[in-house]
Amino acid sequence: MAEPGKPFGQRLTAALADSFLAAIITFALFSLVLGLRTVDNVTGLTLQARPTLLAAAVGIVFFGRLALNLFVWHATYPLTTPFAKLFNLTPFVRRDILVLGGAVALGALSLAAAALFEIPSFGSLGVVLLAFVGLGALRRGIVHVFPDLPYAQIFIVGGILFAVCFPLTAYAIESTFRLGLPLRYWFDLSILVLTYVMLGWGLNIVVGLAGLLDLGYVAFYAVGAYTFALLATHFGLSFWVCLPLAGAAAALWGVILGFPVLRLRGDYLAIVTLAFGEIIRVVLLNWTDVTNGPNGVAGIPKPTFFGLPFSPFAEGPTFASVFGLKYDGLHAIIFLYYVILVLALITNLVTLRLRRLPIGRAWEAMREDQIACRSLGINTTVTKLSAFAIGAMFGGLAGCFFATRQGFVSPESFTFIESAIILAIVVLGGMGSQLGVAIAAVVMIGGFEALRHTEGLQSVFGEGFDPALYRMLLFGIAMVGIMVWRPRGLISTRAPTIALHDARAVSGNLVGQGRA
Amino acid sequence: MAYFLQQLVNGLTLGSIYGLIAIGYTMVYGIVGMINFAHGDIFMVGAFIALIAFLALTAMGVTAIPLALLIVLILAMALTAVWGWTVERIAYRPLRESFRLAPLITAIGMSIVLQNFIQVAQGARVKPLQPVITGGFELFSQDAFSVIISNIQILIVATTLVLMIAFWLVINRTALGRAQRACEQDRLMAALSGVNVDQTISLTFVLGAALAAVAGLLYLLYYGVIDFFIGFIVGIKAFTAAVFGGIGSIPGAMLGGLIIGLIETFWSAYFTIEYKDVAAFSMLAIVLIFFPTGLLGRPEVEKV
Repeated sequence: MAEPGKPFGQRLTAALADSFLAAIITFALFSLVLGLRTVDNVTGLTLQARPTLLAAAVGIVFFGRLALNLFVWHATYPLTTPFAKLFNLTPFVRRDILVLGGAVALGALSLAAAALFEIPSFGSLGVVLLAFVGLGALRRGIVHVFPDLPYAQIFIVGGILFAVCFPLTAYAIESTFRLGLPLRYWFDLSILVLTYVMLGWGLNIVVGLAGLLDLGYVAFYAVGAYTFALLATHFGLSFWVCLPLAGAAAALWGVILGFPVLRLRGDYLAIVTLAFGEIIRVVLLNWTDVTNGPNGVAGIPKPTFFGLPFSPFAEGPTFASVFGLKYDGLHAIIFLYYVILVLALITNLVTLRLRRLPIGRAWEAMREDQIACRSLGINTTVTKLSAFAIGAMFGGLAGCFFATRQGFVSPESFTFIESAIILAIVVLGGMGSQLGVAIAAVVMIGGFEALRHTEGLQSVFGEGFDPALYRMLLFGIAMVGIMVWRPRGLISTRAPTIALHDARAVSGNLVGQGRA
Repeated sequence: MAYFLQQLVNGLTLGSIYGLIAIGYTMVYGIVGMINFAHGDIFMVGAFIALIAFLALTAMGVTAIPLALLIVLILAMALTAVWGWTVERIAYRPLRESFRLAPLITAIGMSIVLQNFIQVAQGARVKPLQPVITGGFELFSQDAFSVIISNIQILIVATTLVLMIAFWLVINRTALGRAQRACEQDRLMAALSGVNVDQTISLTFVLGAALAAVAGLLYLLYYGVIDFFIGFIVGIKAFTAAVFGGIGSIPGAMLGGLIIGLIETFWSAYFTIEYKDVAAFSMLAIVLIFFPTGLLGRPEVEKV
């Protein structure tokens, strides 16, 4: 390994040796599983060689690592410094400006190249580069001009205002100007994002505040969804009646599942909750008499606007007729949007208030040190169970909403991967931070969706390339990468609400340190 | 009686495969104190490497089954070991001093990465392989039901036994094993006494992955069909076995594997096959809650 400050020749040799080793390892990793592909044939499996793909993978690792070795890891002046400086507001030197200018020029060049030679992938590269530098510069500029504004508050209020106004404004614009906006798609996507925001906030109570790593959160989501689905299809109960029932059922399950795991700590607790989540899913899958097994429950009713249905065919007054509007399918979707928005905001509000109550203080204390907690007379049993129950309740409410939105539930929607996605939202958002979780949900679900629309990638990887296939792969890579790069969460962390003066700087990173 | 004996044979075979994977969990938990959630997927990657290597050898004209299997075994062990090493290097080593749940989260991420990488690279369909080892012995028959031990079952149990003994020797008789046990007790002190801790931990992952590759090959030969998702459930069951046997104990892992294999087989044979995974998961919960130290493990002392 070369040290910074050594002559370039020595550094180059060391970097070459290191990259060569990395390339050999990559070759060993990928030689069989990527370089050869099993193909189904009439005679059985046969193999198809893909030498170019293998060579490309090895080449990317070799040159990528070489570049990192030379210019970032062992360089006296790592090329990444100006970008970091852009965001952490340290003053620039001339070299930083040059590098940033170079990046902007490269972005502009690739945009130009994309336009001239019609290579969409270059275009996306240019956009990403320019957006990154531009965002940094914008933020830096704003903070430079107004250094003392309460940015977090402005951001929160702005975000909530946007969330409240967005569907009505968009709908009003569309109905006056007829621009042909894909409103239905936008609303569906926002509803999905808000559902994950709510789930993230619900799980945040368990993981972020109480420090109990729950890998089976999707079980409560399933309980809520199935409670409503079964009550509605068997007894004809409406959404508004079932919503509190679904929440109560999920909370009850939270206590039932929470009770046996009371004495478990850390990763054992995580694995047992995972097992419980899977048990509930397998039961839903196989208990055909009640749940209709893998076929799921269909025909779940939509919510009504305080008794007024959104339907062109209903007898009696409907939403459209009472308010003197022409029937439009979008009304129901906009209503659903506001339902989930209100549910999510309630989750947030309850969490914020609970944090100031003794029980919230007890959760945070338990997260920091369970033994100290017990020594001070806090009943950890009640504390843990209440965290499980309240977290589960919000999961159940979200599940009830999910069932009514889809009109159909099946065990397939409640796999372990859902739990992993919700957990990733909480962890990457910074455990315990409400704003962080919301941003992480928007970025992650939005990112998943954006992957479906990246036509640019087809030109790089050929026509048959379907980015949606790579969704979960990229998700996993991001989960590992962000955790390694910033284990305390990408966006922010939350210290305890109250602490003595010499509180540890970031106490979120003590979550589950053999204590929770 | 004959039915019972047949299930016993099947259960022991299945249990041997679980035991081999459980060793990987138990060694890593013993040394690093983390659940290597991706280990089940390392097993899956091993099975895929074995399948592809076998197909490649057949295509190249190596038709002598014992020779082909030997080459496949060595190749799968070596390449899967590289996978195990890489996973540790990328996802766990940077987080060794971080909070305790951080490596668990990256492990879940790694598990997702491995599953989806194989799905993307090899396709989502199940991969069948014609039976390679056929035949068997009929022990005895009773009421038109004969108890059969197939050759592949013998191979599985024999391979497992040999590897178990080899492993036990490695842990108890070699310098590497001594270093591993030292790291398990006190990593800082071991480092001060000249044990290369990073290397020891890497080697632990390498050995665990190599054993998982053997399990993958045996699974492939036994069931004749694999897909990218087998690692999740099998991994969970093997982890249950590791905890049941006492985490950190190699004979415990084997014992736990056999017990889990027997429970699963008898559950499927005498109750309902649909709920066999529920049985495994319930076992996991019961074991973790009521016997967290396992059968052959040492109790964990909670330090303040």
